[in-house]
Amino acid sequence: MSSNSFSYNEQSGGGEATELGQEATSTISPSGAFGLFSSDLKKNEDLKQMLESNKDSAKLDAMKRIVGMIAKGKNASELFPAVVKNVASKNIEIKKLVYVYLVRYAEEQQDLALLSISTFQRALKDPNQLIRASALRVLSSIRVPIIVPIMMLAIKEASADLSPYVRKNAAHAIQKLYSLDPEQKEMLIEVIEKLLKDKSTLVAGSVVMAFEEVCPDRIDLIHKNYRKLCNLLVDVEEWGQVVIIHMLTRYARTQFVSPWKEGDELEDNEKNFYESDDDQKEKTDKRKKPYTMDPDHRLLIRNTKPLLQSRNAAVVMAVAQLYWHISPKSEAGIISKSLVRLLRSNREVQYIVLQNIATMSIQRKGMFEPYLKSFYVRSTDPTMIKTLKLEILTNLANEANISTLLREFQTYVKSQDKQFAAATIQTIGRCATNILEVTDTCLNGLVCLLSNRDETVVAESVVVIKKLLQMQPAQHGEIIKHMAKLLDSITVPVARASILWLIGENCERVPKIAPDVLRKMAKSFTSEDDLVKLQILNLGAKLYLTNSKQTKLLTQYILNLGKYDQNYDIRDRTRFIRQLIVPNEKSGALSKYAKKIFLAQKPAPLLESPFKDRDHFQLGTLSHTLNIKATGYLELSNWPEVAPDPSVRNVEVIELAKEWTPAGKAKQENSAKKFYSESEEEEDSSDSSSDSESESGSEIGEQGESGEEGDSNEDSSEDPSSEEDSESGRESGLENKRTAKRNSKAKGKSDSEDGEKENEKSKTSDSSNDESSSIEDSSSDSESESESESESESRRVTKEKEKKTKQDRTPLTKDVSLLDLDDFNPVSTPVALPTPAVSPSLMADLEGLNLSTSSSVISVSTPAFVPTKTHVLLHRMSGKGLAAHYFFPRQPCIFGEKMVSIQITLNNTTDRKIENIHIGEKKLPIGMTMHVFNPIDSLEPEGSITVSMGIDFCDSTQTASFQLCTKDDCFSVNIQPPVGELLLPVAMSEKDFKKEQGMLTGMNETSAAIIAAPQNFTPSVIFQKVVNVANVGAVPSGQDNIHRFAAKTVHSGSLMLVTVELKEGCTAQLIINTEKTVIGSVLLRELKPVLSQG
Amino acid sequence: MRNAVRRVLQFFRREKMIHSLFLINCSGDIFLEKHWKSVVSQSVCDYFFEAQEKAADVENVPPVISTPHHYLISIYRDKLFFVSVIQTEVPPLFVIEFLHRVADTFQDYFGECSEAAIKDNVVIVYELLEEMLDNGFPLATESNILKELIKPPTILRSVVNSITGSSNVGDTLPTGQLSNIPWRRAGVKYTNNEAYFDVVEEIDAIIDKSGSTVFAEIQGVIDACIKLSGMPDLSLSFMNPRLLDDVSFHPCIRFKRWESERVLSFIPPDGNFRLISYRVSSQNLVAIPVYVKHSISFKENSSCGRFDITIGPKQNMGKTIEGITVTVHMPKVVLNMNLTPTQGSYTFDPVTKVLTWDVGKITPQKLPSLKGLVNLQSGAPKPEENPSLNIQFKIQQLAISGLKVNRLDMYGEKYKPFKGVKYVTKAGKFQVRT
Repeated sequence: MSSNSFSYNEQSGGGEATELGQEATSTISPSGAFGLFSSDLKKNEDLKQMLESNKDSAKLDAMKRIVGMIAKGKNASELFPAVVKNVASKNIEIKKLVYVYLVRYAEEQQDLALLSISTFQRALKDPNQLIRASALRVLSSIRVPIIVPIMMLAIKEASADLSPYVRKNAAHAIQKLYSLDPEQKEMLIEVIEKLLKDKSTLVAGSVVMAFEEVCPDRIDLIHKNYRKLCNLLVDVEEWGQVVIIHMLTRYARTQFVSPWKEGDELEDNEKNFYESDDDQKEKTDKRKKPYTMDPDHRLLIRNTKPLLQSRNAAVVMAVAQLYWHISPKSEAGIISKSLVRLLRSNREVQYIVLQNIATMSIQRKGMFEPYLKSFYVRSTDPTMIKTLKLEILTNLANEANISTLLREFQTYVKSQDKQFAAATIQTIGRCATNILEVTDTCLNGLVCLLSNRDETVVAESVVVIKKLLQMQPAQHGEIIKHMAKLLDSITVPVARASILWLIGENCERVPKIAPDVLRKMAKSFTSEDDLVKLQILNLGAKLYLTNSKQTKLLTQYILNLGKYDQNYDIRDRTRFIRQLIVPNEKSGALSKYAKKIFLAQKPAPLLESPFKDRDHFQLGTLSHTLNIKATGYLELSNWPEVAPDPSVRNVEVIELAKEWTPAGKAKQENSAKKFYSESEEEEDSSDSSSDSESESGSEIGEQGESGEEGDSNEDSSEDPSSEEDSESGRESGLENKRTAKRNSKAKGKSDSEDGEKENEKSKTSDSSNDESSSIEDSSSDSESESESESESESRRVTKEKEKKTKQDRTPLTKDVSLLDLDDFNPVSTPVALPTPAVSPSLMADLEGLNLSTSSSVISVSTPAFVPTKTHVLLHRMSGKGLAAHYFFPRQPCIFGEKMVSIQITLNNTTDRKIENIHIGEKKLPIGMTMHVFNPIDSLEPEGSITVSMGIDFCDSTQTASFQLCTKDDCFSVNIQPPVGELLLPVAMSEKDFKKEQGMLTGMNETSAAIIAAPQNFTPSVIFQKVVNVANVGAVPSGQDNIHRFAAKTVHSGSLMLVTVELKEGCTAQLIINTEKTVIGSVLLRELKPVLSQG
Repeated sequence: MRNAVRRVLQFFRREKMIHSLFLINCSGDIFLEKHWKSVVSQSVCDYFFEAQEKAADVENVPPVISTPHHYLISIYRDKLFFVSVIQTEVPPLFVIEFLHRVADTFQDYFGECSEAAIKDNVVIVYELLEEMLDNGFPLATESNILKELIKPPTILRSVVNSITGSSNVGDTLPTGQLSNIPWRRAGVKYTNNEAYFDVVEEIDAIIDKSGSTVFAEIQGVIDACIKLSGMPDLSLSFMNPRLLDDVSFHPCIRFKRWESERVLSFIPPDGNFRLISYRVSSQNLVAIPVYVKHSISFKENSSCGRFDITIGPKQNMGKTIEGITVTVHMPKVVLNMNLTPTQGSYTFDPVTKVLTWDVGKITPQKLPSLKGLVNLQSGAPKPEENPSLNIQFKIQQLAISGLKVNRLDMYGEKYKPFKGVKYVTKAGKFQVRT
C-alpha cells in the first residue's frame, strides 16, 4: 500500500491539481502529518463535524465529498472513525456511501472496521432479501482477515438462503473470501458444490465464476450439473453465459472424444464404402457409424447455438470459440456469420474479433470466404484494424478470388497511410507465395511498385521481391531479366540497389544479361548513389568469380573507380573485394574461398502469418490476444483418446427408470452401469415408492425444499422459475406447475418408470432443437442410443410428473419462459373452453404474467413420454437424395389448437445444394387442414434441417397426402397418424376420472381382456407400454391394481379415458371410455397386443 | 498430473476479473479511479500512456496492453479512455463489452459521457460502478434495474434534493433483479400508452473510382421506445422477415418464436432500448441512393491542384435525400483549399487536413457541387492517391432494404396502446474512392 501511495504521489504532483497531491501526502503518514498541510487537516475537520451532526443532509453532503475524494484517488482514510459511526444510518443513501467508504478503507483500518461488523451481521438476518444480500456483499468486501470465520459462516448461511438473489451474492462472496484467505479453500469448495446444484439461473453464472476462481481443476464437481447448466444457459444473464460457456468448453475437451478425426475420414473414402454396401437405414445415419457423439456433447453444442444471436459480443465470441474447439468441423461454419456481424461494432470489439478470425481463417479458409468483402479496408479504419483485415484477406486468398483481391490491394498500396501500404505489399508477397498461379502477376505488380515515389513502399516491395525470388530459385530467369530492364527507368536508389543485388545473386542464371548490366552500371558508376555503388561492387565481384572471362576488365575498372570514391565505405569495400577476389601473392588463404563467401546459399526468409501459431491458445482469451500465456490461463486439454465414463453426468435415481428399459443396447454400452441398475431394478420393481424416494435422496429432497421455499417466501415470482429451471431446464421450460406439497409417494413409483427423453433426433439434426424441447426426446426403447442421457431425463420427467399429477389439488402458477417457445403446452387450457384468440404459447405466457390461477379440473399436461421413433416420409432413393423423416413431438401445435404437431427432418444426402424445398399440392380428406412449413431456400449438401408443421386430422386416422417439392422435383408423400398421436395428455385426479368415466359408459365404452405374463403387469411396464403407444397422461391411482390414463383428442377435445385393471392370475381388463368410439376402438386394438406381448 | 496442476494452482492466487478502473481524458489526466478490491496504484497507467505515445493517434492505442503485473484493457469513447486493470486471464471482449456498457450507462444517465458530466456527478458514477460490478464481476447492467436503484439526476430533482435533503438513491428496492424478467421493472404506469419503433438502416458501402460498387451491405437496427403500463407482451411481425439475414436480439426476445415463426415476441423493457440489430444479406443488391462525380487532380511540380465534386441522387425511391455531409481527409501536403460550393458551406481544417462540406438537401434540378483550387506545399512530391470521400446522408420514411413492419399485437394488458413505426435510411460507412 505504501509503495502505491508513493508512486501515486510522485505522479500526481505533475498531473493533478496541487491540492490533490497535498492531500495525498498528508494522509500517507497519518501519524505525523506535516504542519504544512494543516489547511487540509482543517478541511477534514470540517467533514468530521458534518458527519457528527444530527442532520442527515449534512452527513450526506460530507459523505458525497468524501466519495469525491476517493474517486479522485485522494486519501480519506483518516476520516474512518467518523464515517464508520454512520454505518447504521437509517438513510439509505448515507448508508450506501458509507459502504463505499468502508470497502475502500477497511483494509487499512482493520480495528476500527470491526466496529461495523455487527451491523452487517444483524442485516444478514433481515427479512428483506435485498438487505441480506447487500449486507453480505459489503461484509465480504471488507478485507480484514480477522473476520474470515464470520464471512465463512455468513456465506454458508447465505448459500442456503431461500432467495436466489442472496445465493447469488453468496457465490460472489466465495471468490472474495478465497482471495482473502486461500486456506478456506476446502470449505469453500463445499459451498460451491452446493451452489452448483442450485437451479436458479440467477445463481448459475456467479457460482461457475466462483468455481473458475477457486477450483477450476475440480471438474468432478461439474459432472452432475453439466446437463442442468447446458439447459439453463439461455436464461442466464449474459455475463454468466460467457463464464459458463468457457468453463463448459474446457469441460467438454476433457470428457468427450474428438468429433474431428472421423469426420475427415468420412469425407474421403468411407463415404463410398457406405454408399455401396450398407442398407439405406445405415446410410441416413452414417455419421453415427464411425463416431457417435456423446449426447451430452451434442446437448452443449445445440444449446449454445441460439446465443450466437446475443447482442453481447462477448457471448457471441464465447459461443464461437466453443464451436471452434468442440464442435464437429462441419458445424463450426455457422459461427462466421455472427462473428462478421460483430465487425460493425466499435473498434475494440473489432480488434479482438478480427484477431480471432485471423487465427481461424488460417486453418479453415472456407468458413469466412463468403464474407470476403466484409474484410475490405476503409480509409477511415484505424491502422491496427486495417492490418488485421489485411491479414485475414491474405489468409482467405485463393485461386478463385485472388484477382479481385489484387485489384483491391492496388487501392491499398496507394493509401496515404504508408505503414498500411507497406503491410499491403507484404501481403501481396504472401499471396504470391501461397498461390502459384499469381506469383508472376504479383511479382510484376510489385516490380511496378518499385517506381513508387514513397521510400517505404519501394523498400517494402524490394524486400518482398527478394524474398519471393529467393524462395523459388528455379523460375528466376524471366523476372530477373525483366527487372534488369527496369533498371533503366527506376531511379530510387534502394530499388536499384536491390535489383543489382538480385542480379548478382543469380548471375549464373542470367549469364548473358548480368555482364551487360555490369557494363551499364560501370558507365554510370560515378553518378550513382552510394547504396547503388556498393551493390555494383558486389555484382562485379560475383561476376568476376563466376564469369571472369567476360567481366574481368569491367570489374577491375569498377574497382578502380571505387578506389578513388569520395565515400570511405566504398573505398573500404573496394579494397576488401579486391584483396579477396583478385589473386595475387599477398592474398591469403581466404581468396580460395571467395566464391563460397560471396555466393553462399542465403536462407530464404519465411513469409508466414503472424497468427500461424496462435491457435494453441484458446480463442477469445486474453492469452490469444496477447499471444503470450496470461496469468491464470488454463490450457485447453487435448481430447481424451477414450471418453471418460459418461455415466458420471447422470444424476442419481435414474436407475429407477431403467428397470423397464427393454432394449439391451443401452446396457451393453456400459456394463457396470447395467449391473448396478439391474440390482436396483429388482428392488424397485418389487418394492414400492418408499424405495424410490430414498434413492432419489438428496435431489428430491432439495427439490422439495425449493418448492416449499417458494411458498413461504415473499417473492413468489422468482421461485417458480428456479424450480422450473431445476426440473426441466430451460429447454423444457414448459408449464411449470408448482405444487404446494408433494403428495403421496405411491405415484412416485409408477411415474418414475415413465418415459424418458432426449434426443435421438437432436443428433441427426441440431436445428431440431428449436421446436423440440428436450422433454420430448429420447426413449428408452430400442432406438435409444444413449442410456446415460435418457436416464437423467427420465428422472426429470419423473419429478415433473410428480408435480403434474398433483396440480389438480392446488392452484396453478405458471411460469413464463421468455426466451424460447417451448412453452407450447398451454398449461391449463380447459378442455371445453372456446379457443382463445391468442396462440396457446402466448396464452401460457400471459397467464403466467398475471399469475392467474386456473381452477379447471381438466388441463392438458406435458406428454409423459415422447417416443423418438421417426417415420420415413420420403426415402432418400425415391427423393433423389432428399430424405425426409417425420416424428410426433407430442406438443400442442403452435399453428392451431386442433392440429397435431409434426416435425419433419429433411436431409440432403446429395453433394449439391437442394433449393427451394416446400410443400406443393395437398390431397387431404374433407375437413382435414394442414399448416405447411415455410419454404426452405436451400439445404447444403450433408445438411439437415428440421421444420415443424401442423395437421388437423379431424380425429381420424385418415392419411394426409401432399407433395414435397424441391426446385426441380415433386415427390408425393403421405402421413398417416398412429391413433395414439391424435391425443393430448390430460392431467386429472382420480375422482374426476371416475366422474367422467361414469358419464361415458354404454356405447362409449369398449373393453378387452388381456392375458400376459405377470412381469408385464408391473406398474412401470404398463405405464411405459401405454404411453409408448398413445400420448396419454397418467392419473394417480389409489388402487395398486388399477392404472388410469387420460387424454383428449386434439381436434374435438373429447376425453379419452384408458383403464387397465389387473385381475387374478395373468389377466387384465383394458377399458377405454370415449365419445369418439371409432378412435376408442382403434386405440383398443393397438393397445391390446402391446400389453399382451412379452 | 492432475495433482501437479492442483498444486500449481494453489500457489498463485487467482484474482477477480476487473480489478480497477481508471478514467483518463485526452490530455492524459486520470480524473476518476475505482477499485473493486485492493487499490492499484495509478502508476500502472504509465504503461498505457507509453502505448498511447507510440500509437499515431488515439484510435490506434491497442485495446489490450500487457504490463509486468497486470493487463490493461481499455476502450476509447467520447474522447475518454476507460482503462481497466486485469490481473488474470479473462475473455477480453467480456471486459470491453462491459466497459462500453458502463459508458452507455453514463450516457443514459447524464445525457453525455464526458469528463465534465462524470465529474459533476461523481457520486452517482460511484454508486453506479458499485452496483454494476461486484468483486469485478458484473452484477446489474440493465438500465431499467439501475434506474430503480439509482435515480438519474435531473435539474428539478437536484433542486428538490438540496432543499429536502432527500437523495437520488431509490427508496424502494427493485424487484426486477429478482424476477424472471430482469429487464423490466414492475408496476409501470403511464396515462398515455405508446409504443414506437424506429427502423434505422445504414448503408455501408465502398464505391470505386468508376462509380461501381465494390462492397455494399445494409445494417439495420430497430430501436424501440415503449411506454406501456403493466406487463405487456408484444409481438411484432414483418411483411418480409426473410430479408433479415443475421439478427442479434435484446435478451427479452423469445428466440424460439423467431426461429419457428419469424415473429418478434417479447415483454419489453420500459423506455428506450435496442430491440434487434440485423444485417440484410448482401446477395440482394443494395440500392445506392447517391452518386458522386469527382475530379481531383494534383499537378506535377506545381503547388496547386483542382478539386471538383458533384453529388446527385440515384435509386432514391422518390424520397428526398437530406442531411448530406461530405468529409474528406486531404493528403498531408495540402496547405489550404479555395473552394466554392453551389450549396451549403464548407470548412477546411489546415491542421487535421479535414475538409467538411455540409451540403443539406439535394434538389435534382440543381445538383450541389464544390469546386476550386487546392494549395499544396511547394516542393513536396504530389500525393499519389486521391483522398476518398466519406459521405453522410439521410432519407426519411424509407427503409432501403424494403423491410416493412406488418403489425404489432399486444397481449396481457387490456388498454389500446398508440403504436408507431418510423423508417430512416442513413449512410453508414459510406466511402467513395477517387
